[in-house]
Amino acid sequence: MVLKTYRQAINEALVGEMRRDADVILMGEDVAGGAGGSGEDDAWGGPLGVTRGLLSEFGSDRVLDTPISEAGFIGAAIGAAAAGLRPVVDLMFNDFVGVCFDQVVNQAAKFRYMFGGQDQVPLTIRTMIGAGLNISSQHSQSLYPVFSYFAGLKVLVPSSPYDAKGLLTSAIRDNDPVIFCEHKLLYDMVEDVPDENYSIPFGEANLLREGQDVTIVALSRMVHVATEAAAVLAREGIEADLLDPRTTTPLDTESILDSVEATGRLVIVDEAGPRCGMASDIAALVAEDGFGHLRAPIVKVTPPHVPIPAAPNLEAMYIPDVARVVEAVRRVVAY
Amino acid sequence: MHVEFAGGGVPGFVHLYAGQEASAAGVCAHLTGRDVLLNTHRAHGPAIARGADIFAVAKEIYCRGDGLCRGRGGSAHLHDAANGLWAANSGVGSGVALGCGAALAARTKGTGGVAVALVGDGAVNQGVVSEGLNLASIWKLPLVVVFENNGYGEATAAEYAIAGGSIAHRAEAFGMPGHRVDGSDYFVVSESVGTAVSRARRGDGPSLIEVDVPRFFGHFEGDAQTYRSPEEAERARRERDCLVKFRESVISDGVLEAESLDLIDGEVAHLIERVYTEAKAAPLPPDSEFMEYIYADSH
Repeated sequence: MVLKTYRQAINEALVGEMRRDADVILMGEDVAGGAGGSGEDDAWGGPLGVTRGLLSEFGSDRVLDTPISEAGFIGAAIGAAAAGLRPVVDLMFNDFVGVCFDQVVNQAAKFRYMFGGQDQVPLTIRTMIGAGLNISSQHSQSLYPVFSYFAGLKVLVPSSPYDAKGLLTSAIRDNDPVIFCEHKLLYDMVEDVPDENYSIPFGEANLLREGQDVTIVALSRMVHVATEAAAVLAREGIEADLLDPRTTTPLDTESILDSVEATGRLVIVDEAGPRCGMASDIAALVAEDGFGHLRAPIVKVTPPHVPIPAAPNLEAMYIPDVARVVEAVRRVVAY
Repeated sequence: MHVEFAGGGVPGFVHLYAGQEASAAGVCAHLTGRDVLLNTHRAHGPAIARGADIFAVAKEIYCRGDGLCRGRGGSAHLHDAANGLWAANSGVGSGVALGCGAALAARTKGTGGVAVALVGDGAVNQGVVSEGLNLASIWKLPLVVVFENNGYGEATAAEYAIAGGSIAHRAEAFGMPGHRVDGSDYFVVSESVGTAVSRARRGDGPSLIEVDVPRFFGHFEGDAQTYRSPEEAERARRERDCLVKFRESVISDGVLEAESLDLIDGEVAHLIERVYTEAKAAPLPPDSEFMEYIYADSH
């Protein structure tokens, strides 16, 4: 094992799967970054360098720079998937799904069901989520709850380099459309990651910490906020079960309910908004199926219902932090 | 279908292809098993032209369990993967983008296949159409986009909705050949599509064809069509019925005799009777299969 960044882990998953299967192609805006210009053909390797080096190894038939036309190239990726390729398409910022929503939710998600199971759509859509770079509300949202609404899609929210590599490998090998949500603040996080590709099954939460007093469910980068909060709470004698669902569709409801059965308390930490989000979804799950085990009200730690501002002080107010998680847990424990 | 729908018993919306038959027939004459035809929501005619089983087509229109799509899609979403018929679509311009993908896969995998996207005039102003045409051109994909201009996008006239007044002219902006042809003449459509499909197969890139067709019925069945004069559809039927024109043409050219055409018409009328009888008698999809076919691993 070698320490690798989240960025490298994703790159390695792509390289490994492209070597393994000639049907895997990569397409998106600037995935090579330089098509047709007077400089290098692979100048960028993705807007944040995640796909660097792939063009030189796999060539322009398999690494395709696209124009800025998300509806066109996401639609093309869906068609290519239904016709037997395994495209990995880069939506860049998940906020841009606004211009290709029909392709993602009406075409990709429904191609199998609406046509009676005749086809499969082995498509992976990579996309960046998350706030924290002062780049305002059209580059910073976390829209995995929106994707999770749609039956037919699978949705992944890896919180670490190890999970990113394993989940992306599984996504590319999977026969359904998968939305792979990369948190942009995690790209430089390092962790031991095996060199070879390995797969992590969908729908299996990761239990990061065990404790009897409270269940904390956290998603994507919020896993790290919750980890810090749990350490603070442990010094106060409050021990938390910390669960990272890793995939929101399918969702490991069993692990969440089992944990709440043992602790009787639930705090959910989600960087997506407070309305119709994963926090609301998980709260509803436990209210319906785990109500009898609850010893305190469920508390959601989410941003407020507001577009994400660019100003550093305002954005910091937006993103849930350690203090808010600690306060929420203290509240449910004291209830 | 017009009569059956009026009598009740056909679930959902139905959009008829009547008047446009020469378009799908002229396209499909040039397609082989390795090719993909992207269907429109006016889906029945193209499905039959592509060779889908007419009983399965009718059963899907009636949302029956052994319809083409097991009753999940209905009239507007006919899809028959085994016959290279894809994705009749409510997102009306999406066929162009999906077609780019089918064409890209054909080229990448070296199958020699082409994709043809059938799109209505109502879809031409959607962004995804321009995006798909652009992508097809810069990637030189084996794609032919056939715009069936029946004069109306739902209730709004193409003349009002389409800037510049021509779909075919837009091809020039995308650097591909564009032609406008009379869709009431099967032979004219077929010749134009044949040229475009050959070009795509040779690897010379995409083409655009605008096929002028009449729409004999409303946007959907039950549409009172108050947005157009009653004379308009009647005149179209009198002057631009592609089936009548085909018959006249092949008889006068001595290709077929009236008697053999009458024989075929009689067989088709009989077949249609059987199709309706069987489709209406077929069972709806089993309740127990409600949640199947969502994911590849769920069934």
